[in-house]
Amino acid sequence: MSVLSFQEVSVRYGAHTVLDDVSLEVAAGQTVGLVGESGCGKSTLARAAVGLAPVTGGRILLDGRPVPNRGRRPVQMVFQDPYSSLDPRMTVGESIAEAMPERLGKKARQAEITRLLALVHLDAARAADIPGRLSGGQRQRVALARALAARPRVILADEITSALDVSVQGAVLNLIRDMRRDLGLSMLFISHNLAVVRYVADHVAVLHAGRIVEHGPTARVLGAPQHEYTRHLLAAVSLKEQK
Amino acid sequence: MRALRRPVGVAGLGLLALVLFVAAFGPVLWGERATVVDTGDLLAGPSAEHWIGTDNLGRDLFARVMVAARLSILLALAATAISLVLGIALGAAPMLVGRRLGRLITSAVNVLVAFPGLLLVLFFAVVFGVGARGAALAVGLAGAPAFARLCHTLVAAVSERDYVAAARIAGVSRVRVLLRHVLPNIAEPLIVNATMAAGGVLLTFAGLSFLGLGVQAPSYDWGKLMQDGLNGIYVHPLAALGPGIAVVLAGLAFNLTGEAFAAAPGRTRPLEAAREPAARTAPVAGTSLSVDGLRVTIPGPAGPIHAVRGVTFTVGDGEAVGVVGESGSGKSVTALAVAGLLEPPIRVDANHLVVAGEDLMAAGAHRRLGTSLAVVFQDPMTSFNPAHRVGPQLAEVSRFHQGMSRKAAFARAVDRLRAVRIGEPGRRARQYPFEFSGGMRQRAMIGMGLMGDPRLIIADEPTTALDVTVQRQVLELLAEVRRDTGAALLLISHDVTVVTDVCDRVLVMYAGRVVEELPAKDLRTLARHPYTRALVAAVPDMETDLNRPLAVIPGLPVDPTQVPSGCAFAPRCPFADDHCRAVAPALVAGVACHKSAEVGR
Repeated sequence: MSVLSFQEVSVRYGAHTVLDDVSLEVAAGQTVGLVGESGCGKSTLARAAVGLAPVTGGRILLDGRPVPNRGRRPVQMVFQDPYSSLDPRMTVGESIAEAMPERLGKKARQAEITRLLALVHLDAARAADIPGRLSGGQRQRVALARALAARPRVILADEITSALDVSVQGAVLNLIRDMRRDLGLSMLFISHNLAVVRYVADHVAVLHAGRIVEHGPTARVLGAPQHEYTRHLLAAVSLKEQK
Repeated sequence: MRALRRPVGVAGLGLLALVLFVAAFGPVLWGERATVVDTGDLLAGPSAEHWIGTDNLGRDLFARVMVAARLSILLALAATAISLVLGIALGAAPMLVGRRLGRLITSAVNVLVAFPGLLLVLFFAVVFGVGARGAALAVGLAGAPAFARLCHTLVAAVSERDYVAAARIAGVSRVRVLLRHVLPNIAEPLIVNATMAAGGVLLTFAGLSFLGLGVQAPSYDWGKLMQDGLNGIYVHPLAALGPGIAVVLAGLAFNLTGEAFAAAPGRTRPLEAAREPAARTAPVAGTSLSVDGLRVTIPGPAGPIHAVRGVTFTVGDGEAVGVVGESGSGKSVTALAVAGLLEPPIRVDANHLVVAGEDLMAAGAHRRLGTSLAVVFQDPMTSFNPAHRVGPQLAEVSRFHQGMSRKAAFARAVDRLRAVRIGEPGRRARQYPFEFSGGMRQRAMIGMGLMGDPRLIIADEPTTALDVTVQRQVLELLAEVRRDTGAALLLISHDVTVVTDVCDRVLVMYAGRVVEELPAKDLRTLARHPYTRALVAAVPDMETDLNRPLAVIPGLPVDPTQVPSGCAFAPRCPFADDHCRAVAPALVAGVACHKSAEVGR
C-alpha cells in the first residue's frame, strides 16, 4: 500500500481561501481521521486529491509522485450521500464494472463483481438490482465496492456514515475496520463525528478554518489535546455525553 | 404509461394518434380528390360534396387540408429535431470543452435566448431563403437556444451528482460520462419539452407560410392554405378557418401529450374511506399534549403507508419528552401530526389529540391554538422565507395572532431575538436569513416560537444540521427557554445522546409504534426492549471499546407498506419466537415486548 502526502496544499476560489498550506500524510496501511466543522475545508482536501477541486498551491504526492488527475485515479473516493453517489439508471453490477481497470470477459467480470460485493458483505444477487431497491447502508457498501474495483492505493472516505441511520452506521464502520485489517488499505477518513473517528482512525488531524491545527495519534489527540480548538470540539462532545 | 390514466393524457394521445394517422395516410386517402380541378365550381362555399368548399381552381379544400397534414407535421418534427439536436450539443458542450470555452458558449446561448423567437425565425428565414427547407432550418435554429439553455441547466444539475464525480475518478472519459450518466438521466424532461415545443413549431410554420416565407406553391401546408383562403374570408370563412382548425388541433395534440407526461404524478391509490370515528376519549389532565391512539396513513404507489400505527402518550406541563427512532420509524410524522401540519390526502385519526387544551381533531382548532404551540424544524435554511427580512417574519406571528401593530410587533421581534442571545438584535432583525449562520437561524426560529407564550415546543431534529459546537448552544438555549417560560418540549431526534441530555422521559419508536417508554436517565442502562438496547449499543461514543466490533442490528427496517401482524421487530430480534411473530405486543408498563423479562436479565 501507498503513502499519500499533502504538501503545503492551498485551495482558493477567487479571494476566498478554503485550504491554507495544509500538510498531511496518510502512511501506508494507516487510517487517518480528518475532523472539523462544516465549511472548514475537509471535503475540499479530499476532492483536491482526485482532481475535483483546483489546487492553487503546494503538491499532493502518492509515493513521491504527483497524483494524476486524469484517467483512472489510483486514489478513489467514497461520498457522503448514498442517494446521489450511484447512477439511478445503472445496476449495481454495471456501476462496479465501470470502475474496473481492465476490460474483462463476461464471466471474469461477473466473478470480480461477486468478489467485490462479498468484500463489502453484500450478496452477489444484488448485482442485478438498481440502486432504488437498496437501502442507504447497502448503497454505501456498493459505493465502497466500486471504489475498491478500481484497485486504489488509497481510499478517501468523505463523511460516509453521516447520512446513515445509527444501526447501519455501525455495520459500515465495522466494514471499514475489517477492510483495513484484511486488505491493508490506506485511508483518509473524513468525519465531523469525533466518536466515529476515534473508533476507526490510527491518526487524527484537526482542521479549522482551512488549517490543520493539530495532528497526531488518535489516543493522544483526543486524550490529551494540545490545541485550544481541539479542546473546544471535545468539550462540545463530552458535554452532550455527561449524563 | 401513467399519463394515460388522466383525462388530459387520454385526450392528448388520442388526438396525437389521429393527427399522425392523417399525416401518414392523408395523401393516400385524399391525394386524388385534392388535385381534381373543377372549373365549374370555383371558390364554392361548403356543400355536401365539398365540406369546407373549394379553392380558386375548384379543388376540394377538405381533401387539401388532410393532404397538407403530412408536410405540416413533417416540417414541424424536422424543425423540432434540429432544435433538439443543436440544443443538446450546445447545452452539453460546456461540460466537454473546458471551463473558458464553456463559459463563452453559455454566454452566447444566454444572449440568443434573450432575442424574441419570432425575430430569430424571420432573420434565419431570410438568410436561408424562402421555401420549405429554408423555413425548417430557420425555425429549427431559432428554437435551439431555448433547448440549449434547458439542456445546460439539466446537465449542470446532473453533473453535480456524486456518481458523475465517481465515474470521472474511475477514469471514465468526459464523452462517456455524458453518454452513459448524464444524457439518460436528463432524457425525460427533454423529451417532454420537445413534444410541447413541436406544437409551438407547428404554429410558427403556419405563420411563416401565411407570411409567404414558408412553403411555396405548388406544395402546400396548412399555413399556405390559410393564406390562400384569406382573400375570401368574408365570403367563405371556412376556407381559411378549416386549415386554421387543423393547426389548432394538431398543436393541441402535441401540447396536451407533453403536458400529460410532464405532470404525470407518481400513481397513488387513494385511501379507502375512513373507518368509524374511533371512540372519543378524554385528555389526561395536567398535560400540554395528550395523544391517544394516533394513526397516520399516507397514500402511496404500492398501497397505503401506515406511518404511525396507534401511538398513545402525554407530555406533562413543563415536561421534556424525547422521541427517538431511525428513519421510517414514524417519529417525524408523529411530530407533524401533533403540530397539526398534516393535510389530506394524508389521514390522521386519533381517539383524542389535544395540544395546549385544544382538540386538534375538531375544526378550526389550529387557529384557536394561536401561539401556544411553537415548532422548530430540522433545516433552519428552509424554515425561513429567504425573500423576507428576519425581523418582519418574526413580527408577523404577533401581528396575526395577537393583533399587534407593525411597530410593536417589530419591537417584540427584536426583543425575542435578544432573548435567544442573538447579538445586535436590532441590526440582525433587518437582515435576510442567508446573512445568518445555521446556528443563528435555528435560534431565530426558536425566537419566532417565543413571540407568543408557548405552552408546548415541538422540535423536530433541531440540531441535526448543525455542527457539534453549535448543537450545544442550541440545546442550552432550548433548556433555558423552558426554564424561563415553563413550556413543555417534545424533542424528536435520531441522536440518543441529544435526547438523553435534554429530556426527562424518552419514547422509543419502531415501525410506527412506541416500543418503549422510560426515564431518559435509564435509557443507556435500564432499557428492556431489545430494539432500544441495540440502538443504544450501536452508537460509538468516546468510551467505546476499540478492540471489539460495534453492535449492529441485523436485517433491514420494516417496509412501511407491509407491516407484519406480529411484533414488527421480530425479524431482527435475537429473542423472537413464533409467538412474537404472530401476536403484536402491547405497550404494557413502558415496554412493548413479549420477552422483556428475558431481555432485562
